[in-house]
Amino acid sequence: MKHPIPLRPENMHELVAERVHDMQLRGNIKRAVDISLHKRADVVSDFGDWENMRKMAHAVKALVIDHLAHYLAMFESRAVAAGAIVHFASDAEEARTIVRGLIQDCNGRLVVKSKSMTTEEIELTHALEEAGITCIETDLGEYIVQLAGEIPSHITAPALHKNRREIGLLFSEKLSVPYTDDPKELSNIAREKLRAAFMEADVGISGVNFAIAESGTICIVENEGNARMSSTLPRMHIAVMGMEKLLPDFESLALFLEMLGRSATGQRLTAYTSLLTGARKPEENDGPESLHIVILDNGRSKMLRDPNLREALFCIRCGACMNVCPVYRSIGGHAYGSVYPGPIGSVISPIFHGEARAKAMPYASSLCGACSEICPVGIPLHHQLLSWRHTLVSHGHSRLSERLLMRMFLFMSKRTWRYDLAGAIARALAPLLSESGVPRVPVWSRTRDFPRIPKKSFKQLWKERENEHA
Amino acid sequence: MKLAMRFLDIFHEDGSEYIIAPTGSCVAMVTTFYGMMSDMPTAYQEKLVDVQGRVREFTSFLVDVLHIDDVGAEFDARVTVHDSCHALRELGIKHQPRVLLNKVRGTTLVENDAAEQCCGFGGTFAVKYADISTAMTEEKIDAIIRCGADVVTGVDSSCLMQLHGALRRKTSVVRSMHIADILAAGAS
Repeated sequence: MKHPIPLRPENMHELVAERVHDMQLRGNIKRAVDISLHKRADVVSDFGDWENMRKMAHAVKALVIDHLAHYLAMFESRAVAAGAIVHFASDAEEARTIVRGLIQDCNGRLVVKSKSMTTEEIELTHALEEAGITCIETDLGEYIVQLAGEIPSHITAPALHKNRREIGLLFSEKLSVPYTDDPKELSNIAREKLRAAFMEADVGISGVNFAIAESGTICIVENEGNARMSSTLPRMHIAVMGMEKLLPDFESLALFLEMLGRSATGQRLTAYTSLLTGARKPEENDGPESLHIVILDNGRSKMLRDPNLREALFCIRCGACMNVCPVYRSIGGHAYGSVYPGPIGSVISPIFHGEARAKAMPYASSLCGACSEICPVGIPLHHQLLSWRHTLVSHGHSRLSERLLMRMFLFMSKRTWRYDLAGAIARALAPLLSESGVPRVPVWSRTRDFPRIPKKSFKQLWKERENEHA
Repeated sequence: MKLAMRFLDIFHEDGSEYIIAPTGSCVAMVTTFYGMMSDMPTAYQEKLVDVQGRVREFTSFLVDVLHIDDVGAEFDARVTVHDSCHALRELGIKHQPRVLLNKVRGTTLVENDAAEQCCGFGGTFAVKYADISTAMTEEKIDAIIRCGADVVTGVDSSCLMQLHGALRRKTSVVRSMHIADILAAGAS
């Protein structure tokens, strides 16, 4: 299925309209996120004092983010000492240039990529393909999304919006294989195609889940083994990470590994946890000849300086806020038009895409707070969305009609008599605007009934009651 | 913020011990969200602390302050509760309405499996993203209808307005009622 509207945050309202009535899509999403949520609930309840762990995780991240320059310098020096080459990129363009240059310098033609939202953020694949470098996504979900010419609709489950029949059709069309919707067979088809790519690839590109400052180690978690193969089989490994991914030491890593698997997929631990410290050493048998770590800013230092956004840098990209978000459940990730959808996406996307382009995102929330409640590192997501709205309005990103309505509301509410008068007018006009007693209200009444307007206000009833009792 | 300041002017040292609101989100506005208004003049900070200390949601006032669980009401129905988001997550109100409903003569409390899920209202969100708002409500009322309740109640009239609107549109027989109306029913 081709969606004619480009997936960009400035198209959010159109993208929503295109999807919100798609019951197949809504069903796929709800089924998938409910499985994650149920599994999560099971493994969180057996964990002991989850709330205390959340506080600890929050405190560790606060320590790192408060002293980010210190931990970055420590990480860099220890990673270099272990044989890695560290690059800093201030924005997406610089990161793309660095990665492209590294691949071209070693005459790389074929790249295997393991799942990485940071490389999605900088639209790396597109830039490499333009330079004539072939990129193959090796995470099954990413592979599906790449075949479909889409972007991930969820940060940990990229193809969550598709059911197995849709994937079966996609495979038979794009890979010229007989149709099957058996998940095992579909995985085997992908595995066969990918195995060849791993063996031939010149460069492996991955993300980073955690970077350990004390040792210069990068940690990658996954369930398919594709990240381990991408990072060890090709002769060069390039790892791209946001600069907030740091942890002080292995002790804190132990805590975060427990929390990430549980929050993301309801696993006590993901199937593979790779700890990579430098490139292959002379005495070692496997691993890449060179390891490049690209540390990306791309607006993160702006978040660091903003007290309302700072805690968004605590995010470990587990995706639990998306799973639990009733808005996400109803529209899916693509409707946001940003590679980072859902509550955390709506907080950080205006930084990556600019306020003007992503201004619809912070409003795509009922501020119910389910996201903040589930977040393993205690990011106050719904409060951040609220403060974004304040920022957007004060920066002039609001509609004139809305500003006028708010002005009118303020005028009406500032004096008691005006408020009472407005109520009286509404009660007098209600019968004229009603159909069999139910008022017709613009926008609202399209999908819902409006309550009948009572003949008397609460204040009037209260007064009558007092008079009766007097 | 001008309205917040007006609210604080009216209720600061107004001679009352408590300020009661029949709506969780109004209380949360004062206790949580007023505090986020960074441009509030410092002169208002003292007023804010005073008012925040005295404002209570209706069921929380009955149960937590007055320690009342039986108000002597009589209401013949199977009742399910919607936990309004701001009451639940900003104020920690979960057991209070249930404690009160359990003592209402004739009322059977039934739980629905989406009690803590947002009703879809969300203030201006209900109009800005009307389709998403209604999609959220659909999931919610499916759970309410499934649990076999005659009445859905809660501590927030805006959520109940949203649920009412969607239930009526679906021509469901389930009614939405504010908990105060149930607690006042049959009371002498």
